Amino acid sequence: MKIRRSLKDPRGESLLFRRRALAGFVLILLGLCLLVTRFVFLQVTHHDEFVTRSTNNRVKPRAIPPARGLIYDRNGVLLADNVPAFRLEVVPEQITDMPALLEQLGKVVPLGQDDLDAFRKQLKQSRRFDSVPLKMHLTEDEIDRFAVNRWRFPGVDVVPYLTRRYPLAGLFAHVVGYVGRIDADDVERLDPKRYQGTSHVGRSGIERSYEDVLHGTPGYELLEVNADGRTQRVLETHAPIPGRNLYLSIDVRLQKAAEAAFAGRPGAAVAIDPRNGQVLAMVSVPTFDPNLFVNGINHADYSALTNDPDKPLVNRALKGVYPPGSTVKPFLALGGLEYGVRRPEDTVFSTGQFCLPGHGGSNSTGRGGCYRDDTRGGDGTVNMVRAIEKSTNTYFYKLALDMGIDRLSEWMSRFSFGGKTGIDLLGESEGILPSRQWKAAHSKFGWFPGETVIAGIGQGYWAVTPLQLGHAIATFAGHGVPYAPRLVMATTAVADTQQRPLPNPPSGPSLIRRPAEWDVINQGMRAVIVSGTGKLAKLNDGFPYLIAGKSGTAERFSRTSSAYDTNKNLAYLATRHRAWFMGYTPTDDPQIAAAVVLEAGAWGGTDAGPIMRKIFDAWVIAKGGPTPRDVPLPAPGSSSQESPDQGLPNQRDQRAPTESAPNDSTAPVEDVPVEDTPAQASSSDGATPP
Amino acid sequence: MIGTISVRLQRFLRRSLTRPRIDLPLALGLFVLALIGLVTLYSASNASLGMVGGQAARFVLGGVLLLVVSRIPPAVLRGWTPWLYAGSTALLVVVAILGEGRGSVRWLDLGVMRFQPSELLKLTMPMMVAWYLHPRQLPPGWKDIVVVGALIAIPAGLIAEQPDLGTAVLVTAAGAFALFLSGMAWWRIGLLVGAVGGMIPVGWHFLHQYQRDRVLTLLNPESDPLGNGWHIIQSQIAVGSGGIFGKGWQHSTQSRLDFLPEHTTDFIFAVFSEEFGLVGVCVLVALYAFIIGRCLWIAMEARDTYSRLLAGAIGMSFFVYVFVNGGMVAGMLPVVGVPMPMISYGGTSAVSLLVGFGVLMSIHANRKAHL
Repeated sequence: MKIRRSLKDPRGESLLFRRRALAGFVLILLGLCLLVTRFVFLQVTHHDEFVTRSTNNRVKPRAIPPARGLIYDRNGVLLADNVPAFRLEVVPEQITDMPALLEQLGKVVPLGQDDLDAFRKQLKQSRRFDSVPLKMHLTEDEIDRFAVNRWRFPGVDVVPYLTRRYPLAGLFAHVVGYVGRIDADDVERLDPKRYQGTSHVGRSGIERSYEDVLHGTPGYELLEVNADGRTQRVLETHAPIPGRNLYLSIDVRLQKAAEAAFAGRPGAAVAIDPRNGQVLAMVSVPTFDPNLFVNGINHADYSALTNDPDKPLVNRALKGVYPPGSTVKPFLALGGLEYGVRRPEDTVFSTGQFCLPGHGGSNSTGRGGCYRDDTRGGDGTVNMVRAIEKSTNTYFYKLALDMGIDRLSEWMSRFSFGGKTGIDLLGESEGILPSRQWKAAHSKFGWFPGETVIAGIGQGYWAVTPLQLGHAIATFAGHGVPYAPRLVMATTAVADTQQRPLPNPPSGPSLIRRPAEWDVINQGMRAVIVSGTGKLAKLNDGFPYLIAGKSGTAERFSRTSSAYDTNKNLAYLATRHRAWFMGYTPTDDPQIAAAVVLEAGAWGGTDAGPIMRKIFDAWVIAKGGPTPRDVPLPAPGSSSQESPDQGLPNQRDQRAPTESAPNDSTAPVEDVPVEDTPAQASSSDGATPP
Repeated sequence: MIGTISVRLQRFLRRSLTRPRIDLPLALGLFVLALIGLVTLYSASNASLGMVGGQAARFVLGGVLLLVVSRIPPAVLRGWTPWLYAGSTALLVVVAILGEGRGSVRWLDLGVMRFQPSELLKLTMPMMVAWYLHPRQLPPGWKDIVVVGALIAIPAGLIAEQPDLGTAVLVTAAGAFALFLSGMAWWRIGLLVGAVGGMIPVGWHFLHQYQRDRVLTLLNPESDPLGNGWHIIQSQIAVGSGGIFGKGWQHSTQSRLDFLPEHTTDFIFAVFSEEFGLVGVCVLVALYAFIIGRCLWIAMEARDTYSRLLAGAIGMSFFVYVFVNGGMVAGMLPVVGVPMPMISYGGTSAVSLLVGFGVLMSIHANRKAHL
């Protein structure tokens, strides 16, 4: 520093600075002159013109929000409508004393605390000359009372707007979702230009995921105002462009039938057209009334919904994750064929117990590395078709072991297990696909061979959503061609009736390379209906087409002993089991595939199966086909009902829940870190048998 | 120990208030400016005594800070400079991290008051550039220019990212003026300006959509009748209808009828122009020119390079406020959030401006003639 400083020339620097400061000052004066010139231009040259404009300046622009697009089902049944309503709006700039105004106004039109909170939030976010909605959905009485007192409140006005109404209330609450008032977080997220004058935005479901399509583009009008800012007349209107209408692929009739079939019992169902991925029905039971949310739900209603142990707000079809149980078996069998690990005719001898190589193998103990069949003594010699029909655990234990966990999870991931199906809704759960990578990320232990074995029967870490299983069975039914599930089929502009279909090309090539492999699995699932659990539930009786399917009964809790459960009480079993059924029809040309889960179902075949059948019945009727004969189905879930067939060894799926997870350190089902599982949260200790 | 410190602090504060070291012409200029500001605000706020009182209180606070800062010798300030610069830049980084995922965050919430770190840079930036150039051989070579460029670009980039283009421009200008005053060769300035001009299309790419819209609406205000185009048109009507002599105090119709948005803050100069006309504009501009000139005079009298550069840069950046805000009000420049100094309503900018002038007072008190 010292040396450098000695190099400096203070006198020279001072002189240099002086010159620079002068130059800078001259430049600044030039800049200020330029500024003054501009003012001369405005205030002298164009003075007259601006005076004229100033005296005529009684024109204010106001944004006109676009009408939100309507939502229809595939046949044009209205699911989301716009109805006219009135709200109170305040222009902050015209108010001198806001608290006093709100107090005075509260005496004329009752203002709730929720209204005031939302108003204050939005007030902070908006510009002072933009009007802010204070109270939505005024009653006629309130409008009249305000009209009489209007002169007392300059800057406050009643403004007409369109509000959202869901005529079918709860039926589409989870699919269509609802809109809600724009809040402070939304204000930061949304494009202020597009949302000027708009008070609502899509909050959940289709309303949220198709917000861009539904919203439209705002227009504006030029208003002539008087000195108080009151509108005198409209000078010019630039109409907004309404949002596009949506057509869902869902058929209201199927949706209604599916919801009714649950009879209020918690669960979910998804039906998909295998030929294009269109969702035909998607229900989650119980449900709620989305209309409550549109103009701000009150605290009482909201806490009632959030505190309900059945969690009606959760879309179980999309976010509920459950162990899939035996429903994974057909997919695993297909993988065995695909990888060349099994031929259809390869047989396995089922003795009732399967032991890992190197583990005892003693029939009597059944502990350690051994896993049980459903049936005492086993199913004897089974090939692939029979193994699917009988749901023979031993067959799939061995198959899983022969494939190895890496090939198993690679194959299953092609059906979107453990990943997103790509449906056009936000917030899909991914579930859990057992794999080395998943376990490495969630546990400090390595992968145990025993975990491969139970993965073969859909137990262990496995967790799937009803949508994932529906997507998987639809993909299979469509001969392996995967389509991302789609709820919205087409859109229309308001002006023209021409529907613009939304294309949904397959998301990849077919998963099945040889058609013969499809036939084998189809044969197996057909046999389930003919002589397996479907027979007991009479799933194909009186139905015009052949149905194929597979039941699953997964355990909610790990078993503490290896004893066969002898308690046949259905109510007791229902607290322990999750009942699954998946299927498709017609088998020669599948046009609908469905997956159903019943959270507290005793048996997959008899409890979840009939729900799927009712969806299929509604589909046949909707198609205009022959009306299915109403067959007396076993009363679902009745506690003391003891089917005459029950207990017979050939009722394979009746026994399915005894597909036990190994009762050791590896992975009891209840330990699976499952997120968003409504039932998991609701059934904290419901295991106590009566 | 603590006792002596507090005694010395008390003595220091007492001295700052009883024996102020101020430059009278500059102080007088600021005082008149503050008065004009309060008078204009009274009219623009529809005679709101609450707003006028609040603004007056800020001027008093700023004035006290000015007196305190004026007692800090420039050599001491120079010693603090790198820390002040690093500290304020670090606060910008904190804001950037806290703001992650949210739209636009400029504030740091300190519980009692919200505080805008970018405001600090308006002062610490010219301090830092002056500190860096102080011991160097002047005029600076390319190496020093590059270093100064980096010193400017890092905080300015963080501020522009917030996004707050107005403050970023002010901070950049303050640093650049220090470099200019250090005697950077004209041909280098020309080359740099040319290069920056060539970068404009690239910079355009990095602007936020709303910032681009503001520039585009300037070219065609009618295209955006609901947003900034409306501001520009209404502001020009206000200014133009004022004429040579203006409509008279409290006779502005544009703000009275709520046609003019932000008429107490960024667009207050439009109200001033409407009420006092071209004559008022010329008087105000002359007053600003006088203040800037006085700042440069103080700078020329200063004892060392650091003081010279700092005083000159503070004075010249005052011009940027006036030019950008005036240009915006007159529809000549895009709408950016730069206030009219001492006239616009709002706390932080008035206070930070007066602190800057406190530094100038201190430099004046330690001028060459004093030796």
